[in-house]
Amino acid sequence: MTAPTLTNKQTIVALVENKPGVLNRVVSLFRRRNFNIDSLTVGRTHQPHVSRLTIVVDMQQANVQLIAANLYKLVNVIDVRIISDDPHVSRDLALVKVRTDDVESRNQVTAICERYPARILDIGTQVAVVEIVAAEDTVEAMIDELRPIGIVEMVRTGVVAMGRGTRIQDTDYRPAVPVKSNGNGYHL
Amino acid sequence: MLLTGAEIIMECLLREGVDVVFGYPGGAILPTYDAMAKYPQIHHVLVRHEQGASHMADGYARATGKVGVCIATSGPGATNLVTGLATAMMDSSPIVAITGQVPTAAIGSDAFQETDVTGVTLPVTKHNYLVYDVEELPYIIREAFYIARSGRPGPVLIDVPKDVQNARIEFQYPQGEIRLPGYRPPEKADERDVAAAAELINQSQRPVILAGHGILMSGAMQELRELAERAQIPVTLTLLGKGGMPESHPLVIGMMGMHGEAAANHAIQEADLLIALGMRFDDRVTGNLKTYSPNSRKIHVDIDASELNKNVMVDVGIAGDLRTVLAQLLPHVESNQHPEWIARIRDWQEDASDRDIIQYDTGDKLFAAQVINDLWRYTGGDAIIVTDVGQHQMLEAQYYPHQRPATLITSGGLGTMGFGTPAAIGAKFGRPDEVVWAIVGDGGFQMTMCELATAAQENINVNIAIINNSFLGMVRQWQELFYDRRYQATPMFNPDFCKLAEAFGVPAMRVTHRNQVEEAVAYAQSINGPTLIEFVVEKEEMVYPMVPAGASLHEMKRRPKLSEAKQ
Ligand SMILES: Cc1ncc(C[n+]2csc(CCOP(=O)(O)OP(=O)(O)O)c2C)c(N)n1
Repeated sequence: MTAPTLTNKQTIVALVENKPGVLNRVVSLFRRRNFNIDSLTVGRTHQPHVSRLTIVVDMQQANVQLIAANLYKLVNVIDVRIISDDPHVSRDLALVKVRTDDVESRNQVTAICERYPARILDIGTQVAVVEIVAAEDTVEAMIDELRPIGIVEMVRTGVVAMGRGTRIQDTDYRPAVPVKSNGNGYHL
Repeated sequence: MLLTGAEIIMECLLREGVDVVFGYPGGAILPTYDAMAKYPQIHHVLVRHEQGASHMADGYARATGKVGVCIATSGPGATNLVTGLATAMMDSSPIVAITGQVPTAAIGSDAFQETDVTGVTLPVTKHNYLVYDVEELPYIIREAFYIARSGRPGPVLIDVPKDVQNARIEFQYPQGEIRLPGYRPPEKADERDVAAAAELINQSQRPVILAGHGILMSGAMQELRELAERAQIPVTLTLLGKGGMPESHPLVIGMMGMHGEAAANHAIQEADLLIALGMRFDDRVTGNLKTYSPNSRKIHVDIDASELNKNVMVDVGIAGDLRTVLAQLLPHVESNQHPEWIARIRDWQEDASDRDIIQYDTGDKLFAAQVINDLWRYTGGDAIIVTDVGQHQMLEAQYYPHQRPATLITSGGLGTMGFGTPAAIGAKFGRPDEVVWAIVGDGGFQMTMCELATAAQENINVNIAIINNSFLGMVRQWQELFYDRRYQATPMFNPDFCKLAEAFGVPAMRVTHRNQVEEAVAYAQSINGPTLIEFVVEKEEMVYPMVPAGASLHEMKRRPKLSEAKQ
């Protein structure tokens, strides 16, 4: 086991216009600016024209501000919050296929699942599929416990997150301010 | 009004106030070209290469502050625009590029002359569009112009499939507010930030203002001057900031950076406060970031929040429109004097003038610096100068002081060779009443010299000064300094530029001695149409001062002192 490294994970939530190519713009921005993505999820919201991205990055606070400012520069990005700055909830979902080809392993998997917010979705004489939905570090802790038993396949969705309480991240709370635009050239 | 997509494009251009477009036809954009006949109010300039069209639109935009427009066909036509888009992106120049695309049904099939143009240009545009539905076209064009020129300006590309150009709909020009929910360039500063900035300014002993392109783009010339004069703060300019304050003003200490004035670089290094206005701390102006202005507090105002704390960490970072922010700041700034600080800067300036090549007796030789300084003299220092990239560009910055904004047009951020000639043509279309000179190197000129034909066809009155040193001069300079003079791939065999010009029907003259410069300038300006003057200069001239890449800003290579050389 490697010693736990000091991570500096930050979670950004961006509301974007639900238009073709917008995800490409976001991903291209991260590549171009050399920002490393830990995980990125995209999903719908309650508004049909808005999609929601949750982006987890591993970096210093100042750089996260830079990412947010760069995201804002994309015309289709409506709102950006560094959600890890404030109280929030976050969830990651993992499906883990683990070896259960003897009594001992089967008992171990069952016992581990009881201690986590996890479920066995499918179990047979060879393997079981385990589901866990939890905060990212809890997911990781369970995976660490399953690993010695023998993980043969795994998928994680990446983190989705939401601020606690009544601070609503929405698209309508801020009016579209008229932008100054010098249509007739310089003010010399 | 029943219009085709192609006619809608022209109609919308007209409503945006477009009077000239630069372009090149081809299959996928033919419907739009066909529609042009109905819109004689919009003059189309046929370029010789689409790169030229993008630089012309850029030159037009930088000269006027209005959006420049270029048009190209799909595939190779569109990819030829890429260098021009990247150039405009780096220097925040508002242009709209319209490209033809294969019909929507063929998109994704590798059809003839199909390129994923929105994909290719994604990183080099502020925004781009692929139009699938002709109903959206008028909204998109209106948005595109708005995005191009507002906030931090930049290029916007609209890719229009051929069937969308042909589709016919009932046209109504979109009225009312443009709704872009995610597009909110900042305007005003938070008053607390303004107060914090004012306090730093009022307490500073050794302040310097670093003025960039944002001064011009927000129209903050007056506010800048007031700030500098009220608190007696010396002003150094970026390359694109030149003209933001008259260079004859005693507080202006010239350009900063790699080939900046020594006094400006020393002042930045020894300052206790940097006030960075509408500039972005490019590596060419900071030198080594670790040793950059180590003892100063820093205020940074820029319209683009993503520029704050990007390269240089600042004490007060304000995202906002420069003119608005300066107007907020000025009432808080106290009158002040910094006599010791200014005297120190004068010492550096005196030392520099003792090393100035203009003071040297160069005998029979013609030096590029002299040519450019003479150009300044004989144009009354009042022409619009468009440069290419290289030694001549840096010498322009050093030896052609600008009094007015928007009179120096140059590719700063991308450093695009080939920019000068076409951008000068575009600039002249935008400001027909101004005298326009392109100053180009023999290398860069050959990258876009086909546009001489465009200039001749349009009989556009641009004067082209080729500074011919028979080398890729700036690269040769690096080879001399850092590669033991191994001149790998920098000596140039050149055509006879005067004969070449004549072949294009462009009057030309060759200058080999300093006493011919005045006559040549007068000759060029007497002709109402394009002219070309070739200045045959010393081959192995250097641009000094020079901060070697990676060195600290004060570690400049200098020319020896004249007073010591004489002893
Ligand atoms: C398109 C492009 N290719 C290469 C370069 C690299 N480069 C920078 S300056 C320079 C030499 C320019 O030579 P010339 O045009 O003769 O001007 P001079 O430096 O001699 O004034 C080169 C090759 C560039 N800036 N742009």
